[in-house]
Amino acid sequence: MPEQLALTGNEAVAHAMRQINPDVVAAYPITPQTSMMQKFADFVADGLVDSELVLVESEHSAMSATVGSQASGARSMTATAACGLALMWEILGIASAYRLPIVMPVVNRALSGPINIQGDHSDSMGTRDCGWIHIFSENAQEAYENTIMAMRIAEHPDVLTPAMVCLDGFIISHGVESVTIYKDNLVKKFVGEYQPHYTLLDAKHPITLGAMDFSDFYFEHKVSQLDGYNNSHSVILDVGSEFKKTFGGGECYEFFEAHKMDDAEYAVVVLGSTAGSTRMVVDDLRAQGVKAGMLKIRVFRPFPYEEIARLLAPLKGCAVLDRSIAYGGDGGPVHIEVRSALYGQSPVPVMLNYIYGLGGKPIEPEHIHSAFKDIQEAVATGNVKRRVGYLNLTE
Amino acid sequence: MAKLKDLSLKPERLTGGHRLCPGCGVPAVARMALLATDAHLVVGASTGCLEVSTTIYPYTAWQCSFIHNAFENVAATISGVEAAYKALKKRGKIKDEFKFIAFGGDGGTYDIGIQSLSGAMERGHDMVYICYDNEAYQNTGNQRSSSTPMGSNTTTTPVGKESYGSVGRRKDLTAIMAAHHIPYVAQTTSDNWKDLNRKLARALEVEGPAFLNILTPCVPGWKYDGKDTINLSRLAAKTCFWPSYEVDHGKWKLNYTPKEKLPVVDFLKPQGRFRHLFSPENQHVIDELQREVDDQWEELLVRCGKK
Repeated sequence: MPEQLALTGNEAVAHAMRQINPDVVAAYPITPQTSMMQKFADFVADGLVDSELVLVESEHSAMSATVGSQASGARSMTATAACGLALMWEILGIASAYRLPIVMPVVNRALSGPINIQGDHSDSMGTRDCGWIHIFSENAQEAYENTIMAMRIAEHPDVLTPAMVCLDGFIISHGVESVTIYKDNLVKKFVGEYQPHYTLLDAKHPITLGAMDFSDFYFEHKVSQLDGYNNSHSVILDVGSEFKKTFGGGECYEFFEAHKMDDAEYAVVVLGSTAGSTRMVVDDLRAQGVKAGMLKIRVFRPFPYEEIARLLAPLKGCAVLDRSIAYGGDGGPVHIEVRSALYGQSPVPVMLNYIYGLGGKPIEPEHIHSAFKDIQEAVATGNVKRRVGYLNLTE
Repeated sequence: MAKLKDLSLKPERLTGGHRLCPGCGVPAVARMALLATDAHLVVGASTGCLEVSTTIYPYTAWQCSFIHNAFENVAATISGVEAAYKALKKRGKIKDEFKFIAFGGDGGTYDIGIQSLSGAMERGHDMVYICYDNEAYQNTGNQRSSSTPMGSNTTTTPVGKESYGSVGRRKDLTAIMAAHHIPYVAQTTSDNWKDLNRKLARALEVEGPAFLNILTPCVPGWKYDGKDTINLSRLAAKTCFWPSYEVDHGKWKLNYTPKEKLPVVDFLKPQGRFRHLFSPENQHVIDELQREVDDQWEELLVRCGKK
């Protein structure tokens, strides 16, 4: 039987790592990731895993060592947040270009400066074009499950692309929830053994990895990388459906969760933990007779353009919630993608964008209510007062 | 002790056809390293001359496994490879014996890579880090590094009305690595094959991390005749500009004492990067460089119990 445990999101992910028992884990502390790696270090100390735990001297070295170990045919993981992810940035692109299926939990935290340790999405959004898969989690349960699924998605021979599992700092990482931990042997069987195509440690077939690539091949290699990346689209769905079949469980194993979207006229699009409050607001509005819905995006990269367009195009209006800013862009990064997805659809819904929750600023149901109210008003009057606004900003 | 003839009969693990400059000291050092063990090898290189010149896609000069990751992280990368080896060995997934070598130039080692290097050495990974020190960022065209000697004319410390070249003493990286109290640290020049071979073999043999700092002349950066690479290395040792010593499990040992310590000008003279020092107004730079060499030599003699 699966176990029901009271766990923080960080502990839940550490349990996923315990069950995966990676060959190598590189760890460096950063708030709010720290308690995840502490928990994993407990598992190492207690002999519950036999991973090589490499306590590196920076996140840059965490990702560099993980690249070295994964290239050696060892299933390798690390985890980080915020400035740590920013420090890794250079090597993120190398990991994906070398087609190394590293899985890395990212505990989303505001990027400095000013320095702030609380949650927003500015860290992982800053890496959205580094060639990694980005899977967002609404709660500890999803963070746990996404970590297990990410392993299968990343390592799929047609994909071979690293994956981040994103969970909101503090709200998920430190909040205690009831989490279902599936049986070790079932998770191990689901994840399977890592079968590398090539490894540095094959004495009979030595390889050169990371060769100098000039203009005669570089472009072609990048496009080949993109082909592999794009293969993740169907693999994500396959792995999600196999996971559901194996473990039963939750609602969100596809690209997104569409809550009450079938006949919705107004919707909020959201990532991560804010989906919990949004779902509640949608249910409240439904009780008042408003045809409200929620689109919770689980997979931000690859962005499910076509599926989202199909779902949102019939709406009268929608509001996209962004927990980060795309400076100089059209609001936040999720908004930019959603607008792009709707290009060519006719008619298109009225669309508003709200930046919220930066540096851990709370988001309450009343703020989400106000977003719904604004959309309804904009649709009714045909007048958009402010296309990109803010929720809970003291102005 | 290996014989040169035996070494010459061993299969090459860094083949010819790479694009390092004629006369470059680096491939000689790399080949000596690869010849110093019969174990399977994984070699890593930081971004730099050795990496860009030996792995131009779709070619590779490496007959053993090779990885290049980035500029500042070859030590961390190879520490990951070594951790993978330990993990896979422990789980019975690998039978073969491997050894691990990381190469970095002075830019990738003294400067941008020192954090990664310090971390990997402190953690105790069983690997050998070899710094091929050519005293500037030579791959990008002779920019000053913290290994560049005083007075050197580099492209970021160009000689001019207000400049005699690079200012200040070189960072003593070998001593910094010795302060990590790792099993084996050594420095040497690229001319003495016996010393190179013995030190590389020792570095590969000890359990845990080892660090070697090898002075490696650069023809275009140092501006000398390519046939003089070995002579210049020898002059670096004979002038005590680059002493040959080792620190084996904490014991400092001097490996070469010149019969007659030559003045540092003998090392400077054949090199275009120091040409301007020989005008009278720059005599003070030569004097200061000689003082630096003398101070470090005296300090080394004390550390090695010779004084």
